[in-house]
Amino acid sequence: MSDSRAVIDAVTAEAHEHPAYQRHHFETITQQFDATNFAMWLFLLTEVMFFGGLFTAYLIMRNWYYPAFVEASHQLNIGWGTANTGILILSSFTMAMGVWNAQKQRKRGLVGCLILTFILGLAFLGVKTIEYSEKYEKHHIPGFHYSMSSFLDPASDPDVHSSYPEDKPLALDMARHTELYFFLYFAMTGMHALHMIIGIAILGYLIVRAQAGDFTTGHFTYIENFGLYWHFVDIIWIFLFPLLYLISRH
Amino acid sequence: MSATTLVTLPDQATARIPKMNFITKENGLLSWLLTGDHKRIATLYLISITFFFFIGGALAGLIRLELLTPQSDLMASDTYNKVFTMHGIVMIFLFLVPSVPATLGNFFIPMMIGAKDLALPKINLLSWYLYVVGGILVLYTMISGGVDTGWTFTTPLSTHYVNTNVMSTGLAIFIAGFSSIFTGLNFIVTIHKMRCPGMTWFRLPLFVWANYAASILMVLGTPVLAIAIVLVALERTIGIGVFDPTRGGDPLLFQHLFWFYSHPAVYIMILPGMGVISETISTFSRKRVFGYTAVAFSSVAIAVFGFFVWAHHMFIMGISNYSALVFSLLTMLVAVPSAIKIFNWTFTLYKGSITFETPMLYSFGFMGLFTIGGLTGVFLGASGTDIHLTETYFIVAHFHFVMVGGMLMAFLAGVHFWWPKMTGRMYPEKISQLAALITFIGFNFTFFPQFILGTLGMPRRYAAYPPEFQILNVFSTAGATILGVGYLLPVLYLVWSLKYGEIAGDNPWQATGLEWQTQSPPLTENFTTTPVMDHEAYDYEWLESQQAKEVASVG
Repeated sequence: MSDSRAVIDAVTAEAHEHPAYQRHHFETITQQFDATNFAMWLFLLTEVMFFGGLFTAYLIMRNWYYPAFVEASHQLNIGWGTANTGILILSSFTMAMGVWNAQKQRKRGLVGCLILTFILGLAFLGVKTIEYSEKYEKHHIPGFHYSMSSFLDPASDPDVHSSYPEDKPLALDMARHTELYFFLYFAMTGMHALHMIIGIAILGYLIVRAQAGDFTTGHFTYIENFGLYWHFVDIIWIFLFPLLYLISRH
Repeated sequence: MSATTLVTLPDQATARIPKMNFITKENGLLSWLLTGDHKRIATLYLISITFFFFIGGALAGLIRLELLTPQSDLMASDTYNKVFTMHGIVMIFLFLVPSVPATLGNFFIPMMIGAKDLALPKINLLSWYLYVVGGILVLYTMISGGVDTGWTFTTPLSTHYVNTNVMSTGLAIFIAGFSSIFTGLNFIVTIHKMRCPGMTWFRLPLFVWANYAASILMVLGTPVLAIAIVLVALERTIGIGVFDPTRGGDPLLFQHLFWFYSHPAVYIMILPGMGVISETISTFSRKRVFGYTAVAFSSVAIAVFGFFVWAHHMFIMGISNYSALVFSLLTMLVAVPSAIKIFNWTFTLYKGSITFETPMLYSFGFMGLFTIGGLTGVFLGASGTDIHLTETYFIVAHFHFVMVGGMLMAFLAGVHFWWPKMTGRMYPEKISQLAALITFIGFNFTFFPQFILGTLGMPRRYAAYPPEFQILNVFSTAGATILGVGYLLPVLYLVWSLKYGEIAGDNPWQATGLEWQTQSPPLTENFTTTPVMDHEAYDYEWLESQQAKEVASVG
């Protein structure tokens, strides 16, 4: 944060009056920066509470129906999951570089970083689409022609069974709870993907404005706060990945 | 009662409303609909919540009319279910939750802390628009057939069994919830970052503390309600099963998520009201609030404890005996900070120079009725008593004592108290004192009999009841009529006063808050120069020395 302060102070000291982007109701640009930044953190807190409801539901059900959740989680492809985790962490890095470029008032660097983040975000959604379509093909979409055959008889699902030969057939009563797992999987990753889509849309808008030079005049609040949002969405995934994909790996 | 009034008005022959103020600054509908000014947004909120209050009130009237007779004769039982559901939804989400924060808080928090506006004016306007969209969706729900789950959306009733407009109501509450989140978020940022020089945390008026505590609840609680509603919607549309026991889900999970918001929500509704009472009690007894720090922290304590008591709504729903025990104890803990407030207000009155203007009458109403409402809450918090009393009219009486007797009284106290500041004109004193009295009498007639009905075992949410309960129900309905008059009167004379009220001047109550040290109605920027806070809150000696200085400089 010391860098950003230095930039702000330099701008205000140089102009000796309010820069154009300071809103009239703030006394100083530092106050404006602090207030909007704090507001963004609070907003992320509400997001934590929002996802908190889903995580609570997940943890309770996983505790109750552990065998069903383990076998259902074997249907997820850890390769794709790891790839997506890597993509998101990389996108967080490019986003952080974007914020740094905005603070240093480097327009080309900023636009480049935002575009890279945009592409990585799309790549994440692309992988997610592949994963979702696998679920569709195997009738693992809850409430929609849901099929339990992979869990009643693991041998009928040779792809998964070859990697997890220890999977036992589940009793019907436990096997039907795999549907709950897939519901929670779709609800949590879907809610996360929705946040990604919103983020990518905002990112597109920011790229256009960054190209016009709006964020490299010392006024980088939008970029910085959007960066916080992007990292938050990333962190949600960091929790989702082990909870949903790596249940039996400990 | 030596001094009958403390009101000091300017000489009416020469006094004028200041030509330049936030109302006259710009003209035209668009200048209001696109405004960023917290005072204009507060005014928009005031108009819209008053509108919804009277819709909710009309529904309450229908309920009381139906209950005049033991049979369900005015309407079918189904219709009755829809009427009480809509009454609850309108009153809670469209009136009580935004009542004091979004109107008086919006208007006065920036002025009390010496700021020009809330930190995020556009978010403030967005919050009003979200409120309006939520409100329109509720109206749509009502017109297109209503919803009959009760305001609690209990699963599996709401997910599996009813065919009414659960989806549009859920969407309305989801959207209105975001309006509340944004208000709370804006307040927290503003109170942290926008205070004027010298305005330390312990110089803040207690109204600001109370709204700060309520904002914490809005920000942390409301998102959980949002996700609970999303899950109900998914359960209803695609049958996902988290709340459905036949698929391995758990209806109790819904109760936990719902009450995790909806219990703190009652503190969202009452805390800002308590803030109003702190202001009026101090002003009309000319004393600093007794135990300022204790009252400030009691607001925060209520907010914190408020998050750990939600399961007391579930004592009969099959939670374990141990959690019933723990939640019962935690619930009683909330009585402590609430009592701190009541006792400290009482000590503020002790040896004060009390005068009995309308806001003070409403405040006395609040103190009495809230105490009854709060103490009956302890009965209900005791899990043994609760099993007997829950789902009876005792519950109905309890929360109406807190919400209507408490919050609505506080809201009216606040509206009267700040009316001269908002409009520049006084409301007519005599008739408004009469209205306060009528409200108090009507309220007790309406809701006290319901305590008795509840202990006798009359269940809530039924259109018909055994004939032996009729006499008390007639009392209650008669009281509701008086109460209706009590609420209609302020609307009439407050609107009248916009044109014909006396010119109020800057500080008719001789109050100490920064909002009273500027013109009424205020400028768009609130103050001509950034104020500097050089004294403690509620420092009446400072005010006197200020006025002495002014007289000296004029002389």
